[in-house]
Amino acid sequence: MIDVLVIGGGNAALCAALTAREAGAEVTLLEASPREWRGGNSQHTRNLRCMHDAPQDVLVDAYPEEEYWQDLLKVTGGATDEALARLVIRASSSCRPWMHRHGVRFQPSLSGALHTARTNAFFLGGGKALVNAYYRSAEALGVQVNYDAPVDRLALRDGHFEAAFVNGERIAARACVLAAGGFESNLDWLRQAWGHNARGENPVDNFLIRGTRYNTGTVLRFMLDAGADAVGDPTQAHMVAIDARAPLYDGGICTRIDCVSLGIVVNREAQRFYDEGEDFWPKRYAIWGRLVAQQPGQVAWSIIDAKALGRFMPPVFPGVRADAPRDLAVRLGLDEARFMRTLHDYNAATREGTFDHTALDDCRTEGLYPPKSHWARRLDTPPFFGFALKPGVTFTYLGLKTDASAAVQFAGQPSANLFVAGEMMAGNVLGKGYTAGVGMSIGTAFGRIAGANAAAVARQGAAAHAQA
Amino acid sequence: MHKLEELTRQAAALTRGMPSIEVSDAARMLQICNACRYCEGYCAVFPAMTRRLAFDRADVHYLANLCHNCGACLHACQYAPPHEFGVNLPRAMARVRQQTWAEHAWPAAFGALYRRNGVWVALALVAALTLFIALAALDPGGGWRMPPQGDFYRVVPHRLMVGLFLPVFVYVVAVLAIGVRRFFIGLQAGTPTKPAVRDAARDVLTLRYLDGGHGDGCNEADDAFTLARRRAHHLVFYGFLLCFAATCVATLYHFVLGQRAPYEWTSVPKLLGTSGGAALALGSAWLWWLHRRRHRLHREPTQTGLDRGFIALLFLTATSGLALALLRSSAAMPLLLSLHLATVLALFVTLPYGKFAHGVYRGAALLKWAIEKRQPARLDVGES
Repeated sequence: MIDVLVIGGGNAALCAALTAREAGAEVTLLEASPREWRGGNSQHTRNLRCMHDAPQDVLVDAYPEEEYWQDLLKVTGGATDEALARLVIRASSSCRPWMHRHGVRFQPSLSGALHTARTNAFFLGGGKALVNAYYRSAEALGVQVNYDAPVDRLALRDGHFEAAFVNGERIAARACVLAAGGFESNLDWLRQAWGHNARGENPVDNFLIRGTRYNTGTVLRFMLDAGADAVGDPTQAHMVAIDARAPLYDGGICTRIDCVSLGIVVNREAQRFYDEGEDFWPKRYAIWGRLVAQQPGQVAWSIIDAKALGRFMPPVFPGVRADAPRDLAVRLGLDEARFMRTLHDYNAATREGTFDHTALDDCRTEGLYPPKSHWARRLDTPPFFGFALKPGVTFTYLGLKTDASAAVQFAGQPSANLFVAGEMMAGNVLGKGYTAGVGMSIGTAFGRIAGANAAAVARQGAAAHAQA
Repeated sequence: MHKLEELTRQAAALTRGMPSIEVSDAARMLQICNACRYCEGYCAVFPAMTRRLAFDRADVHYLANLCHNCGACLHACQYAPPHEFGVNLPRAMARVRQQTWAEHAWPAAFGALYRRNGVWVALALVAALTLFIALAALDPGGGWRMPPQGDFYRVVPHRLMVGLFLPVFVYVVAVLAIGVRRFFIGLQAGTPTKPAVRDAARDVLTLRYLDGGHGDGCNEADDAFTLARRRAHHLVFYGFLLCFAATCVATLYHFVLGQRAPYEWTSVPKLLGTSGGAALALGSAWLWWLHRRRHRLHREPTQTGLDRGFIALLFLTATSGLALALLRSSAAMPLLLSLHLATVLALFVTLPYGKFAHGVYRGAALLKWAIEKRQPARLDVGES
């Protein structure tokens, strides 16, 4: 019999499989996707948030445990478990040599992401390079990797894992790690969770999924129905405003539109609806997905003029361009008169000081609602550009409750041989909000814990079996 | 009729400034890369890319020639096929590179030789062989007759060799110099400073960008990294230089010291030639093997002839030279000598219109990068 069965094929699953294999267990990993789409959302990630007390290879200065914890506390608004969070934080300070041994290489912060030079170690080549390295290492160590192997249900007895079913085949194992991601690519489930809004729309109809098409939440759904304890708000998802022309799935990082704070954002009624210059963009990009989701038709347009060019990460698709604002409105399909009024009101309200997009500068509006608190400059220099925005879902928060052992819980009782890691349990640490690289920190820490504990249980089981 | 000609001329003038489909496709991919940037640590292409917001024709040609086709960005790419973005930068760059060389070929009509290059290489080889067979057949001494003491020059006179190869060599150097000079001027790289030249030379001589940015090497059959291509390249590059040095020293021996070939095994030309030939043979065989194993997405199917034709000529040159040295005193010598001289001639004739161009143009692109990276970045994609 297999010692450890790992369900999932992303970072957490691979960390679990590698750790279990290193501990001597016979490991099989089931990846739902075909080989070319392997790795779940991990293929779209780029860095790991790392605690460190002194400069390390690619990390500058220090990022001590307490500061990391305070950052987590702030972004989650307290929706976290301090013990598990600190466990993740400490693990992040010591996991990189292990990652390096399995082929992961690091690089300093990318240009355009220098605000993370102190806190985040970037994967050389990004998340897909990390995933590739882990698969190579897993295969070299003798982990059995099965692609096109979606698990549709498990055989459980009193919270004890017995087997998983893949395309009708029963695969038994002494222990199991669940690391099959959230349900963000299951549009039906998202529709259910979001329901209809006051305008009678189902907002999910206009959502795009930034990550893998294979996070359908099948295993998560099965576990919840089987009575596993849940964590995280089932109706919440991390959302970013992305280019409306992005593909439905796997648009990843490049579909971000980073010029919001340099111009204005209007909705379908050609009206502004939120302070575009409230704070630095890296601190604000995550709220704009939800903001756009609340607008009619779940769409909005970021409008800039020529002054903004070269001051933000270049967009993946060119913007709609016009030499006059009126033409831009026409090209964007917005009501011309209302757009001109919004633009005029904004331009008239700007009080320009010294523009500095690397600081919370003193360029702001006066007597305008909603205000623009920083970087408010008149939109008056042609050409003008418009980028249509839609909500892009990164991940969902609903997951399985666990503790420091990574065991799945049933009515508060930890399972003896069923463990969970990655996005399926990230909600324990990250009940809401997000900060760059923390998902990979959780996945790596809990993947390794789950793998180690599953291997230990399996070996005990094997020893007992041999004695009997 | 006159009007039609005028219109055609105008249309041609318009399209001349237009980027080709290959350039447009590479620019499309670079736009995606520039919005992602995950590959920034692999090589010089990505840091050079981030200094730009848009990619015009000159930018694409520059970046294409800066690309070493290591494959790291392809295997790491979240937008590679089967993703609908279909990003395959190594292949797109390879297609553009071929256009760069063709567009800078001199005379211009010979640029067409870069297409269906395998055929051109094969024809050149056949022509060179025919030439030497004809020379032997027309030899009043009876051709391919074994001369005493394995004397090459009784088979092909030294004067004929020099008279044949020197003009070809001068032509090759001149033609490549004209092309690469035009390319470099077109890049608007500015004036090379001493440190920039030093950097570029180091990057060329060490093949720095085949190290993957992490030192583990580049990709061949799959996503695993290997230093094989870098090492094979070094064997070929330095083997070629050793052979060239052997020829130069032998020429000095001949004209300055008055010592005629053949030389002893322990002589300088022989030591240089045999070690160079062995390295060249080994390196080219290795490159051929690696090329055959290359991942299907990492290949450019229309350039198989371009790549393998050049590798094959290098291998034939090296092995025929080694065989000639070993079997100098045997009856096969005249035949081997003809074969060797023919492959060398074919190699040199095809140098300016074949894969060899990649080294020259890449050197120019690396020099531009060495200049450019010292200049302050014009962009500040800030944090606000």
